[in-house]
Amino acid sequence: MKIVVCIKQVPRRDDLLRINADKSWIDESSLSFEANESDAYALEEALRLKEKHGGEVIVATLGPSDASKTIKEGLAKGADRAIHLCDSTFEKLDAVATAKSLAAAIGPEAPDVIFTGLQSDDLGYGQTGVLMAEMLDLPHASIVIALETSEDGKTLRVKRELENGWFQWISMATPALVTIQSGINKPRYASLKGIMGAKKKPVDVRTASDLGLNADALTPREAIGSLYLPVREKQTEMLEGDAETVAAALVARLRGNGVI
Amino acid sequence: MANGVLVYVEIRGGELTNSSWESVAAGQALAAGLGTTARAVLIGDGAGSNAAKVAAKDLAEVITIEDAKLATYTPDGFAAAMVAAIRDCDPAWVVFSHSYQVRDFAPRVAARLDRALVGDVIKLKVEGGNVTLVRQIFQGKINADVTCRTDAPGMISLQSGAYRTDAARDGSAPTRALSVDLGSVRIRWTVEERFKDVKGAVDLSAATRIVSVGRGIKSDENLGLVNELAAALEAEVAASRPICDSGWLPMDRQIGSSGQTVTPQLYVAVGISGAIQHVVGMKNSGTIVAINKDKEAPIFDLADFGVVGDLFEVVPALIKKLKE
Repeated sequence: MKIVVCIKQVPRRDDLLRINADKSWIDESSLSFEANESDAYALEEALRLKEKHGGEVIVATLGPSDASKTIKEGLAKGADRAIHLCDSTFEKLDAVATAKSLAAAIGPEAPDVIFTGLQSDDLGYGQTGVLMAEMLDLPHASIVIALETSEDGKTLRVKRELENGWFQWISMATPALVTIQSGINKPRYASLKGIMGAKKKPVDVRTASDLGLNADALTPREAIGSLYLPVREKQTEMLEGDAETVAAALVARLRGNGVI
Repeated sequence: MANGVLVYVEIRGGELTNSSWESVAAGQALAAGLGTTARAVLIGDGAGSNAAKVAAKDLAEVITIEDAKLATYTPDGFAAAMVAAIRDCDPAWVVFSHSYQVRDFAPRVAARLDRALVGDVIKLKVEGGNVTLVRQIFQGKINADVTCRTDAPGMISLQSGAYRTDAARDGSAPTRALSVDLGSVRIRWTVEERFKDVKGAVDLSAATRIVSVGRGIKSDENLGLVNELAAALEAEVAASRPICDSGWLPMDRQIGSSGQTVTPQLYVAVGISGAIQHVVGMKNSGTIVAINKDKEAPIFDLADFGVVGDLFEVVPALIKKLKE
Protein backbone atom coordinates (compact mmCIF):
# COMPACT_ATOMS: atom_id res chain seq x y z
CA MET A 1 0.00 0.00 0.00
CA LYS A 2 1.38 3.38 -0.99
CA ILE A 3 0.43 6.06 1.51
CA VAL A 4 1.06 9.79 1.31
CA VAL A 5 0.64 12.00 4.36
CA CYS A 6 0.63 15.78 4.06
CA ILE A 7 2.30 17.56 6.96
CA LYS A 8 2.42 21.30 7.47
CA GLN A 9 4.87 23.06 9.73
CA VAL A 10 3.24 25.70 11.94
CA PRO A 11 4.35 27.93 14.83
CA ARG A 12 4.50 26.12 18.15
CA ARG A 13 1.23 26.30 20.02
CA ASP A 14 2.52 28.16 23.05
CA ASP A 15 4.66 30.68 21.20
CA LEU A 16 3.63 34.28 21.63
CA LEU A 17 2.51 35.68 18.28
CA ARG A 18 3.38 39.21 17.22
CA ILE A 19 1.95 40.91 14.14
CA ASN A 20 4.72 42.30 11.91
CA ALA A 21 5.28 46.00 11.20
CA ASP A 22 3.25 46.22 7.97
CA LYS A 23 0.53 44.01 9.47
CA SER A 24 0.78 41.57 6.55
CA TRP A 25 1.73 38.53 8.63
CA ILE A 26 3.17 37.56 11.97
CA ASP A 27 6.77 38.18 12.92
CA GLU A 28 8.29 34.74 12.51
CA SER A 29 11.81 35.63 13.61
CA SER A 30 11.40 34.63 17.23
CA LEU A 31 9.13 31.65 16.69
CA SER A 32 9.83 27.95 16.84
CA PHE A 33 7.90 25.51 14.69
CA GLU A 34 6.36 22.07 14.90
CA ALA A 35 4.15 19.72 12.88
CA ASN A 36 0.52 20.82 12.69
CA GLU A 37 -1.40 18.95 15.39
CA SER A 38 -3.91 17.02 13.29
CA ASP A 39 -1.16 16.25 10.74
CA ALA A 40 0.79 14.48 13.49
CA TYR A 41 -2.23 12.23 14.04
CA ALA A 42 -2.49 11.73 10.25
CA LEU A 43 1.15 10.59 10.16
CA GLU A 44 0.52 8.07 12.94
CA GLU A 45 -2.51 6.72 11.06
CA ALA A 46 -0.37 6.38 7.91
CA LEU A 47 2.35 4.48 9.80
CA ARG A 48 -0.24 2.10 11.30
CA LEU A 49 -1.70 1.43 7.86
CA LYS A 50 1.75 0.55 6.56
CA GLU A 51 2.32 -1.75 9.54
CA LYS A 52 -0.89 -3.59 8.67
CA HIS A 53 -0.65 -3.73 4.88
CA GLY A 54 3.03 -3.17 4.08
CA GLY A 55 4.17 -0.69 1.47
CA GLU A 56 5.57 2.78 2.05
CA VAL A 57 4.72 6.08 3.68
CA ILE A 58 5.68 9.28 1.90
CA VAL A 59 5.61 12.63 3.71
CA ALA A 60 4.56 15.58 1.52
CA THR A 61 5.27 19.04 2.89
CA LEU A 62 4.87 22.45 1.30
CA GLY A 63 6.87 25.02 3.17
CA PRO A 64 10.13 26.97 3.48
CA SER A 65 13.52 25.28 3.67
CA ASP A 66 13.42 25.08 7.46
CA ALA A 67 10.31 22.87 7.22
CA SER A 68 12.96 20.18 6.69
CA LYS A 69 13.00 19.82 10.49
CA THR A 70 9.39 18.69 10.52
CA ILE A 71 10.02 16.41 7.53
CA LYS A 72 12.98 14.82 9.34
CA GLU A 73 10.77 14.20 12.35
CA GLY A 74 8.26 12.39 10.13
CA LEU A 75 11.04 10.26 8.66
CA ALA A 76 12.39 9.54 12.14
CA LYS A 77 8.99 8.28 13.22
CA GLY A 78 8.93 5.81 10.35
CA ALA A 79 8.02 7.43 7.02
CA ASP A 80 10.16 6.07 4.17
CA ARG A 81 10.81 9.17 2.12
CA ALA A 82 9.58 12.71 1.62
CA ILE A 83 8.63 15.25 -1.01
CA HIS A 84 9.38 18.83 -0.01
CA LEU A 85 7.66 21.52 -2.10
CA CYS A 86 10.08 24.35 -1.50
CA ASP A 87 10.17 27.45 -3.65
CA SER A 88 9.67 31.16 -3.03
CA THR A 89 6.62 31.04 -5.31
CA PHE A 90 4.98 28.71 -2.79
CA GLU A 91 5.00 31.41 -0.13
CA LYS A 92 1.66 32.87 0.94
CA LEU A 93 -0.50 30.54 -1.13
CA ASP A 94 -4.20 30.29 -0.48
CA ALA A 95 -5.96 26.96 0.01
CA VAL A 96 -6.72 26.40 -3.69
CA ALA A 97 -3.14 27.07 -4.80
CA THR A 98 -1.71 24.98 -1.96
CA ALA A 99 -3.93 22.07 -2.94
CA LYS A 100 -2.99 22.46 -6.62
CA SER A 101 0.69 22.34 -5.75
CA LEU A 102 0.41 19.34 -3.47
CA ALA A 103 -1.84 17.55 -5.97
CA ALA A 104 0.72 18.14 -8.72
CA ALA A 105 3.41 16.53 -6.57
CA ILE A 106 1.33 13.68 -5.15
CA GLY A 107 -0.76 12.74 -8.20
CA PRO A 108 2.08 11.07 -10.16
CA GLU A 109 2.86 8.89 -7.11
CA ALA A 110 -0.61 7.30 -7.56
CA PRO A 111 -0.97 6.53 -3.84
CA ASP A 112 -3.66 4.21 -2.48
CA VAL A 113 -4.42 6.51 0.42
CA ILE A 114 -3.67 10.19 1.02
CA PHE A 115 -3.95 11.52 4.56
CA THR A 116 -4.11 15.14 5.63
CA GLY A 117 -4.91 16.73 8.94
CA LEU A 118 -8.34 18.24 9.35
CA GLN A 119 -7.08 21.82 9.30
CA SER A 120 -3.97 23.82 9.98
CA ASP A 121 -3.47 25.56 13.28
CA ASP A 122 -2.20 28.72 11.56
CA LEU A 123 -4.43 29.66 8.61
CA GLY A 124 -7.11 27.15 9.48
CA TYR A 125 -8.65 26.88 6.02
CA GLY A 126 -9.58 23.25 6.62
CA GLN A 127 -9.89 22.73 2.87
CA THR A 128 -6.59 21.47 1.47
CA GLY A 129 -7.46 17.78 1.72
CA VAL A 130 -10.93 18.04 0.20
CA LEU A 131 -9.68 20.36 -2.57
CA MET A 132 -6.94 17.85 -3.43
CA ALA A 133 -9.46 15.01 -3.57
CA GLU A 134 -11.48 16.95 -6.14
CA MET A 135 -8.38 17.88 -8.15
CA LEU A 136 -7.15 14.26 -8.17
CA ASP A 137 -10.66 12.87 -8.80
CA LEU A 138 -10.58 10.79 -5.61
CA PRO A 139 -13.35 10.08 -3.10
CA HIS A 140 -12.69 11.57 0.31
CA ALA A 141 -13.94 11.51 3.88
CA SER A 142 -13.33 14.42 6.23
CA ILE A 143 -13.07 14.82 10.01
CA VAL A 144 -12.30 11.14 10.50
CA ILE A 145 -11.96 9.80 14.05
CA ALA A 146 -11.57 6.03 13.35
CA LEU A 147 -10.37 4.07 10.33
CA GLU A 148 -10.66 0.42 9.33
CA THR A 149 -9.38 -1.28 6.20
CA SER A 150 -10.48 -4.46 4.48
CA GLU A 151 -7.93 -7.33 4.43
CA ASP A 152 -6.96 -6.55 0.86
CA GLY A 153 -6.68 -2.84 1.66
CA LYS A 154 -9.02 -1.94 -1.16
CA THR A 155 -11.84 -0.61 1.01
CA LEU A 156 -11.73 1.99 3.77
CA ARG A 157 -14.44 2.16 6.42
CA VAL A 158 -14.14 5.40 8.39
CA LYS A 159 -15.97 6.98 11.30
CA ARG A 160 -16.78 10.61 10.57
CA GLU A 161 -17.42 13.13 13.28
CA LEU A 162 -20.57 15.16 12.73
CA GLU A 163 -21.70 18.01 14.94
CA ASN A 164 -23.14 17.87 18.45
CA GLY A 165 -21.87 14.40 19.30
CA TRP A 166 -23.16 12.62 16.18
CA PHE A 167 -21.05 10.18 14.20
CA GLN A 168 -21.37 8.22 10.98
CA TRP A 169 -19.49 5.35 9.36
CA ILE A 170 -18.98 5.48 5.61
CA SER A 171 -17.10 3.15 3.28
CA MET A 172 -15.27 3.94 0.09
CA ALA A 173 -12.86 2.21 -2.28
CA THR A 174 -9.21 3.16 -2.54
CA PRO A 175 -7.57 5.20 -3.89
CA ALA A 176 -9.07 7.75 -1.53
CA LEU A 177 -8.23 10.75 0.62
CA VAL A 178 -8.95 11.02 4.33
CA THR A 179 -8.70 14.12 6.55
CA ILE A 180 -7.88 13.15 10.11
CA GLN A 181 -9.28 14.64 13.31
CA SER A 182 -7.00 15.00 16.31
CA GLY A 183 -7.44 12.23 18.86
CA ILE A 184 -7.87 9.35 16.38
CA ASN A 185 -4.79 7.60 17.79
CA LYS A 186 -1.81 8.15 20.06
CA PRO A 187 1.09 9.46 17.98
CA ARG A 188 4.38 7.72 18.65
CA TYR A 189 7.67 9.32 19.55
CA ALA A 190 10.66 8.91 17.29
CA SER A 191 13.12 6.29 18.52
CA LEU A 192 16.84 6.98 18.65
CA LYS A 193 17.29 4.40 15.89
CA GLY A 194 14.61 6.18 13.87
CA ILE A 195 16.32 9.52 14.32
CA MET A 196 19.64 8.09 13.16
CA GLY A 197 17.99 6.31 10.23
CA ALA A 198 16.12 9.42 9.08
CA LYS A 199 19.36 11.02 7.95
CA LYS A 200 19.70 8.47 5.15
CA LYS A 201 16.12 8.64 3.92
CA PRO A 202 15.55 10.49 0.63
CA VAL A 203 13.93 13.94 0.57
CA ASP A 204 12.93 15.00 -2.91
CA VAL A 205 12.88 18.81 -3.10
CA ARG A 206 10.58 20.19 -5.81
CA THR A 207 10.08 23.69 -7.14
CA ALA A 208 7.01 25.10 -8.88
CA SER A 209 8.64 24.71 -12.28
CA ASP A 210 9.57 21.07 -11.52
CA LEU A 211 5.86 20.48 -11.06
CA GLY A 212 4.83 22.41 -14.18
CA LEU A 213 2.98 25.00 -12.12
CA ASN A 214 2.86 28.44 -13.64
CA ALA A 215 2.24 31.72 -11.86
CA ASP A 216 -1.35 31.88 -13.04
CA ALA A 217 -2.26 28.56 -11.44
CA LEU A 218 -0.75 29.72 -8.16
CA THR A 219 -2.24 33.23 -8.12
CA PRO A 220 -4.20 33.38 -4.87
CA ARG A 221 -7.96 33.58 -5.27
CA GLU A 222 -8.15 35.31 -1.94
CA ALA A 223 -5.80 37.81 -0.40
CA ILE A 224 -5.05 38.60 3.22
CA GLY A 225 -5.17 42.36 3.70
CA SER A 226 -4.18 43.24 7.21
CA LEU A 227 -3.85 41.37 10.48
CA TYR A 228 -4.98 42.72 13.82
CA LEU A 229 -5.82 41.52 17.28
CA PRO A 230 -9.47 40.71 17.95
CA VAL A 231 -11.41 43.50 19.62
CA ARG A 232 -12.75 42.49 22.98
CA GLU A 233 -16.49 42.27 22.85
CA LYS A 234 -16.76 42.00 26.58
CA GLN A 235 -15.57 44.28 29.29
CA THR A 236 -13.20 41.85 30.98
CA GLU A 237 -12.23 42.62 34.53
CA MET A 238 -8.72 41.33 35.06
CA LEU A 239 -8.11 40.38 38.67
CA GLU A 240 -4.58 41.02 39.84
CA GLY A 241 -2.48 40.19 42.83
CA ASP A 242 -1.23 37.01 44.45
CA ALA A 243 -3.29 33.82 44.30
CA GLU A 244 -5.04 34.47 47.59
CA THR A 245 -6.00 38.03 46.63
CA VAL A 246 -7.43 37.06 43.23
CA ALA A 247 -9.27 34.09 44.75
CA ALA A 248 -10.93 36.34 47.32
CA ALA A 249 -11.79 38.95 44.68
CA LEU A 250 -13.24 36.36 42.32
CA VAL A 251 -15.36 34.64 44.95
CA ALA A 252 -16.69 38.05 46.09
CA ARG A 253 -17.69 38.94 42.52
CA LEU A 254 -19.32 35.60 41.79
CA ARG A 255 -21.28 35.82 45.03
CA GLY A 256 -22.20 39.40 44.17
CA ASN A 257 -23.42 38.24 40.75
CA GLY A 258 -25.52 35.56 42.37
CA VAL A 259 -23.98 32.80 40.24
CA ILE A 260 -22.71 30.95 43.32
CA MET B 1 -23.12 39.15 -15.44
CA ALA B 2 -22.98 37.50 -12.08
CA ASN B 3 -25.40 39.12 -9.71
CA GLY B 4 -27.01 38.61 -6.33
CA VAL B 5 -26.26 36.41 -3.37
CA LEU B 6 -27.00 32.69 -3.10
CA VAL B 7 -27.40 31.26 0.41
CA TYR B 8 -27.02 27.54 1.08
CA VAL B 9 -29.61 26.39 3.61
CA GLU B 10 -28.65 23.12 5.30
CA ILE B 11 -31.01 20.33 6.30
CA ARG B 12 -29.78 17.99 9.02
CA GLY B 13 -31.84 15.02 10.10
CA GLY B 14 -34.80 16.37 8.13
CA GLU B 15 -34.72 19.78 9.84
CA LEU B 16 -33.27 23.14 8.87
CA THR B 17 -30.17 23.90 10.91
CA ASN B 18 -30.09 26.92 13.19
CA SER B 19 -26.94 28.23 11.58
CA SER B 20 -28.75 28.30 8.23
CA TRP B 21 -30.84 31.20 9.54
CA GLU B 22 -27.62 32.98 10.41
CA SER B 23 -26.53 32.44 6.79
CA VAL B 24 -29.86 33.82 5.55
CA ALA B 25 -29.37 36.91 7.75
CA ALA B 26 -25.81 37.34 6.45
CA GLY B 27 -26.95 36.83 2.85
CA GLN B 28 -29.63 39.47 3.27
CA ALA B 29 -27.14 41.91 4.81
CA LEU B 30 -24.59 41.27 2.06
CA ALA B 31 -27.26 41.71 -0.65
CA ALA B 32 -28.49 44.94 0.93
CA GLY B 33 -24.95 46.29 1.09
CA LEU B 34 -24.41 45.51 -2.58
CA GLY B 35 -27.84 46.80 -3.65
CA THR B 36 -28.95 43.40 -4.86
CA THR B 37 -31.11 40.50 -3.71
CA ALA B 38 -30.50 37.16 -2.04
CA ARG B 39 -31.79 33.73 -2.97
CA ALA B 40 -31.61 30.49 -1.05
CA VAL B 41 -31.01 26.91 -2.13
CA LEU B 42 -31.97 23.72 -0.29
CA ILE B 43 -30.51 20.39 -1.36
CA GLY B 44 -31.57 16.82 -0.68
CA ASP B 45 -34.34 15.03 1.16
CA GLY B 46 -36.58 17.54 2.91
CA ALA B 47 -35.68 20.38 0.54
CA GLY B 48 -39.23 20.63 -0.79
CA SER B 49 -40.94 20.13 2.56
CA ASN B 50 -38.77 22.75 4.30
CA ALA B 51 -38.86 25.31 1.48
CA ALA B 52 -41.95 27.13 2.75
CA LYS B 53 -40.21 28.08 6.02
CA VAL B 54 -37.33 29.60 4.09
CA ALA B 55 -39.71 31.28 1.62
CA ALA B 56 -41.21 33.19 4.56
CA LYS B 57 -37.98 35.20 4.68
CA ASP B 58 -37.08 38.27 2.66
CA LEU B 59 -35.53 36.51 -0.34
CA ALA B 60 -35.93 36.84 -4.10
CA GLU B 61 -36.37 33.10 -4.57
CA VAL B 62 -36.05 29.75 -2.82
CA ILE B 63 -34.65 26.96 -4.97
CA THR B 64 -34.96 23.28 -4.10
CA ILE B 65 -32.98 20.40 -5.57
CA GLU B 66 -34.08 16.84 -4.89
CA ASP B 67 -32.87 13.66 -6.54
CA ALA B 68 -32.48 9.98 -5.68
CA LYS B 69 -28.72 10.58 -5.55
CA LEU B 70 -29.25 13.30 -2.93
CA ALA B 71 -31.47 11.27 -0.59
CA THR B 72 -28.55 10.80 1.80
CA TYR B 73 -25.78 13.36 2.15
CA THR B 74 -22.62 12.59 0.20
CA PRO B 75 -19.98 15.10 -0.89
CA ASP B 76 -20.16 13.74 -4.45
CA GLY B 77 -23.89 14.37 -4.74
CA PHE B 78 -24.10 17.65 -2.86
CA ALA B 79 -21.07 19.22 -4.59
CA ALA B 80 -22.62 18.40 -7.98
CA ALA B 81 -26.00 19.83 -6.94
CA MET B 82 -24.44 22.99 -5.50
CA VAL B 83 -22.37 23.57 -8.65
CA ALA B 84 -25.58 23.21 -10.66
CA ALA B 85 -27.36 25.75 -8.42
CA ILE B 86 -24.49 28.22 -8.80
CA ARG B 87 -24.46 27.80 -12.58
CA ASP B 88 -28.23 28.32 -12.65
CA CYS B 89 -28.22 31.46 -10.47
CA ASP B 90 -24.85 32.93 -11.51
CA PRO B 91 -24.46 34.71 -8.16
CA ALA B 92 -21.77 37.24 -7.27
CA TRP B 93 -21.52 35.69 -3.78
CA VAL B 94 -22.34 32.34 -2.23
CA VAL B 95 -22.90 32.14 1.52
CA PHE B 96 -22.61 28.92 3.55
CA SER B 97 -22.56 28.28 7.28
CA HIS B 98 -19.22 26.82 8.41
CA SER B 99 -20.81 23.53 9.40
CA TYR B 100 -19.16 20.12 9.26
CA GLN B 101 -21.28 19.26 6.20
CA VAL B 102 -20.23 22.42 4.37
CA ARG B 103 -16.60 21.82 5.30
CA ASP B 104 -16.98 18.37 3.73
CA PHE B 105 -18.39 19.34 0.33
CA ALA B 106 -17.96 23.09 -0.30
CA PRO B 107 -14.20 22.86 -1.03
CA ARG B 108 -15.09 20.50 -3.90
CA VAL B 109 -17.37 23.24 -5.26
CA ALA B 110 -14.52 25.76 -4.91
CA ALA B 111 -12.12 23.45 -6.73
CA ARG B 112 -14.56 22.87 -9.57
CA LEU B 113 -15.18 26.59 -10.02
CA ASP B 114 -11.50 27.42 -9.33
CA ARG B 115 -12.58 30.05 -6.83
CA ALA B 116 -11.74 30.77 -3.22
CA LEU B 117 -13.96 29.59 -0.41
CA VAL B 118 -13.19 31.97 2.43
CA GLY B 119 -13.94 29.83 5.45
CA ASP B 120 -14.86 30.51 9.05
CA VAL B 121 -15.78 34.17 8.45
CA ILE B 122 -16.88 36.14 11.52
CA LYS B 123 -17.83 39.40 9.81
CA LEU B 124 -18.70 40.86 6.41
CA LYS B 125 -17.88 44.47 5.62
CA VAL B 126 -19.35 46.08 2.50
CA GLU B 127 -18.07 49.49 1.44
CA GLY B 128 -18.73 51.01 -1.96
CA GLY B 129 -19.42 47.63 -3.52
CA ASN B 130 -16.23 46.12 -2.10
CA VAL B 131 -16.59 43.21 0.26
CA THR B 132 -14.05 42.58 3.02
CA LEU B 133 -14.32 39.41 5.04
CA VAL B 134 -12.95 39.03 8.53
CA ARG B 135 -11.71 35.60 9.53
CA GLN B 136 -9.87 34.30 12.52
CA ILE B 137 -6.44 32.78 12.09
CA PHE B 138 -4.02 31.14 14.52
CA GLN B 139 -6.91 29.50 16.38
CA GLY B 140 -8.65 32.79 17.09
CA LYS B 141 -5.58 34.65 18.36
CA ILE B 142 -5.49 36.99 15.35
CA ASN B 143 -8.08 38.39 12.92
CA ALA B 144 -7.38 38.90 9.23
CA ASP B 145 -9.17 41.05 6.68
CA VAL B 146 -9.55 39.00 3.51
CA THR B 147 -10.67 39.92 0.01
CA CYS B 148 -11.51 37.69 -2.93
CA ARG B 149 -9.37 38.63 -5.89
CA THR B 150 -10.93 36.86 -8.84
CA ASP B 151 -14.21 36.88 -10.71
CA ALA B 152 -17.48 35.85 -9.17
CA PRO B 153 -18.60 33.94 -7.40
CA GLY B 154 -16.87 34.73 -4.15
CA MET B 155 -17.71 32.06 -1.61
CA ILE B 156 -17.76 32.34 2.13
CA SER B 157 -18.67 30.14 5.06
CA LEU B 158 -19.73 31.84 8.27
CA GLN B 159 -18.67 30.86 11.75
CA SER B 160 -21.56 29.82 13.96
CA GLY B 161 -22.85 32.84 15.87
CA ALA B 162 -21.40 35.43 13.46
CA TYR B 163 -24.94 36.58 12.74
CA ARG B 164 -28.03 36.23 14.88
CA THR B 165 -30.64 33.76 13.69
CA ASP B 166 -33.39 36.25 14.48
CA ALA B 167 -31.73 38.86 12.27
CA ALA B 168 -33.12 37.07 9.20
CA ARG B 169 -35.84 39.42 7.93
CA ASP B 170 -39.27 38.04 7.10
CA GLY B 171 -40.76 38.38 3.65
CA SER B 172 -42.28 36.24 0.97
CA ALA B 173 -40.38 34.43 -1.75
CA PRO B 174 -41.46 32.20 -4.62
CA THR B 175 -40.09 28.66 -4.59
CA ARG B 176 -38.76 26.76 -7.57
CA ALA B 177 -37.75 23.13 -7.92
CA LEU B 178 -34.56 23.04 -9.99
CA SER B 179 -34.17 19.81 -11.88
CA VAL B 180 -30.55 18.77 -12.11
CA ASP B 181 -29.20 15.93 -14.21
CA LEU B 182 -27.01 13.92 -11.86
CA GLY B 183 -26.88 10.91 -14.20
CA SER B 184 -23.12 11.11 -14.66
CA VAL B 185 -22.35 11.74 -10.98
CA ARG B 186 -20.63 8.84 -9.24
CA ILE B 187 -21.60 8.48 -5.59
CA ARG B 188 -18.48 6.90 -4.14
CA TRP B 189 -19.62 6.52 -0.52
CA THR B 190 -21.53 3.68 1.09
CA VAL B 191 -23.26 5.42 3.98
CA GLU B 192 -24.35 3.93 7.30
CA GLU B 193 -26.88 5.46 9.69
CA ARG B 194 -25.63 8.37 11.78
CA PHE B 195 -25.58 7.73 15.52
CA LYS B 196 -24.66 9.19 18.88
CA ASP B 197 -22.05 7.55 21.06
CA VAL B 198 -24.39 6.97 23.94
CA LYS B 199 -22.37 5.15 26.52
CA GLY B 200 -22.55 7.15 29.72
CA ALA B 201 -23.52 10.26 27.79
CA VAL B 202 -23.64 13.30 30.04
CA ASP B 203 -25.92 16.15 29.06
CA LEU B 204 -23.92 19.22 30.02
CA SER B 205 -26.37 21.56 28.33
CA ALA B 206 -28.56 21.40 31.44
CA ALA B 207 -25.72 22.28 33.87
CA THR B 208 -25.97 25.61 35.70
CA ARG B 209 -22.27 25.73 36.53
CA ILE B 210 -19.37 24.21 34.62
CA VAL B 211 -15.67 24.01 35.40
CA SER B 212 -13.85 23.27 32.18
CA VAL B 213 -10.24 22.21 31.92
CA GLY B 214 -7.72 22.52 29.10
CA ARG B 215 -4.13 21.77 28.21
CA GLY B 216 -2.86 23.99 31.00
CA ILE B 217 -3.55 21.19 33.47
CA LYS B 218 -0.50 19.41 31.98
CA SER B 219 -1.21 15.90 33.29
CA ASP B 220 -4.20 13.74 34.15
CA GLU B 221 -2.72 13.41 37.64
CA ASN B 222 -3.64 17.05 38.18
CA LEU B 223 -7.31 16.58 37.35
CA GLY B 224 -8.10 16.09 41.04
CA LEU B 225 -7.62 19.82 41.47
CA VAL B 226 -10.28 20.55 38.88
CA ASN B 227 -12.67 18.01 40.39
CA GLU B 228 -12.20 19.64 43.76
CA LEU B 229 -12.95 23.10 42.35
CA ALA B 230 -16.05 21.75 40.61
CA ALA B 231 -17.23 20.17 43.86
CA ALA B 232 -16.72 23.44 45.73
CA LEU B 233 -18.77 25.28 43.09
CA GLU B 234 -21.32 22.47 42.75
CA ALA B 235 -20.41 22.42 39.07
CA GLU B 236 -20.07 19.79 36.36
CA VAL B 237 -16.59 19.05 35.02
CA ALA B 238 -16.00 19.53 31.32
CA ALA B 239 -12.97 19.88 29.06
CA SER B 240 -11.55 21.19 25.83
CA ARG B 241 -10.82 18.75 23.06
CA PRO B 242 -7.15 17.91 23.78
CA ILE B 243 -8.03 16.65 27.26
CA CYS B 244 -10.58 14.21 25.81
CA ASP B 245 -8.23 13.29 22.95
CA SER B 246 -5.67 12.26 25.55
CA GLY B 247 -8.29 10.10 27.25
CA TRP B 248 -8.00 12.08 30.52
CA LEU B 249 -11.75 12.71 30.47
CA PRO B 250 -14.41 10.89 28.43
CA MET B 251 -15.46 12.37 25.09
CA ASP B 252 -18.92 13.21 26.43
CA ARG B 253 -17.32 15.84 28.69
CA GLN B 254 -16.03 17.78 25.71
CA ILE B 255 -17.23 21.32 25.00
CA GLY B 256 -16.92 22.76 21.49
CA SER B 257 -17.80 22.27 17.86
CA SER B 258 -17.24 18.53 18.00
CA GLY B 259 -18.65 18.17 21.51
CA GLN B 260 -21.45 19.83 23.41
CA THR B 261 -22.73 23.39 23.27
CA VAL B 262 -23.47 24.79 26.71
CA THR B 263 -24.91 27.95 28.22
CA PRO B 264 -24.48 27.62 32.00
CA GLN B 265 -24.85 30.57 34.38
CA LEU B 266 -21.18 30.17 35.29
CA TYR B 267 -18.38 28.82 33.09
CA VAL B 268 -14.93 28.59 34.63
CA ALA B 269 -12.23 27.92 32.03
CA VAL B 270 -9.10 26.54 33.67
CA GLY B 271 -5.98 26.41 31.50
CA ILE B 272 -8.00 26.76 28.29
CA SER B 273 -6.55 29.05 25.63
CA GLY B 274 -9.86 29.53 23.81
CA ALA B 275 -9.38 28.13 20.30
CA ILE B 276 -12.37 28.76 18.01
CA GLN B 277 -13.44 25.12 18.17
CA HIS B 278 -13.85 25.38 21.93
CA VAL B 279 -15.30 28.87 22.04
CA VAL B 280 -18.27 28.09 19.77
CA GLY B 281 -19.44 25.61 22.41
CA MET B 282 -19.45 27.99 25.39
CA LYS B 283 -19.42 31.63 24.29
CA ASN B 284 -23.06 32.20 25.22
CA SER B 285 -22.51 31.20 28.84
CA GLY B 286 -23.65 33.68 31.50
CA THR B 287 -20.62 34.61 33.56
CA ILE B 288 -17.31 33.43 32.13
CA VAL B 289 -14.18 33.17 34.27
CA ALA B 290 -10.82 32.45 32.65
CA ILE B 291 -7.69 31.34 34.46
CA ASN B 292 -4.66 31.08 32.18
CA LYS B 293 -0.95 31.76 32.35
CA ASP B 294 -0.84 33.39 28.89
CA LYS B 295 -2.23 36.90 29.09
CA GLU B 296 -2.84 36.93 25.33
CA ALA B 297 -4.97 33.77 25.34
CA PRO B 298 -8.16 34.43 23.31
CA ILE B 299 -10.30 33.08 26.15
CA PHE B 300 -9.77 36.42 27.93
CA ASP B 301 -11.63 38.18 25.10
CA LEU B 302 -14.81 36.39 26.20
CA ALA B 303 -14.27 36.39 29.92
CA ASP B 304 -16.12 38.57 32.41
CA PHE B 305 -13.38 37.91 34.95
CA GLY B 306 -9.83 37.02 34.01
CA VAL B 307 -6.93 35.80 36.07
CA VAL B 308 -3.49 35.69 34.48
CA GLY B 309 -1.56 33.29 36.60
CA ASP B 310 -0.45 29.80 37.44
CA LEU B 311 -3.55 27.65 37.80
CA PHE B 312 -1.69 25.43 40.26
CA GLU B 313 -1.57 28.40 42.63
CA VAL B 314 -4.86 30.11 41.77
CA VAL B 315 -7.15 27.07 41.81
CA PRO B 316 -6.10 25.81 45.29
CA ALA B 317 -6.54 29.34 46.66
CA LEU B 318 -9.96 29.50 45.06
CA ILE B 319 -11.00 26.15 46.56
CA LYS B 320 -9.82 27.27 49.98
CA LYS B 321 -11.75 30.53 49.72
CA LEU B 322 -14.93 28.80 48.53
CA LYS B 323 -14.79 26.43 51.49
CA GLU B 324 -14.48 29.23 54.04
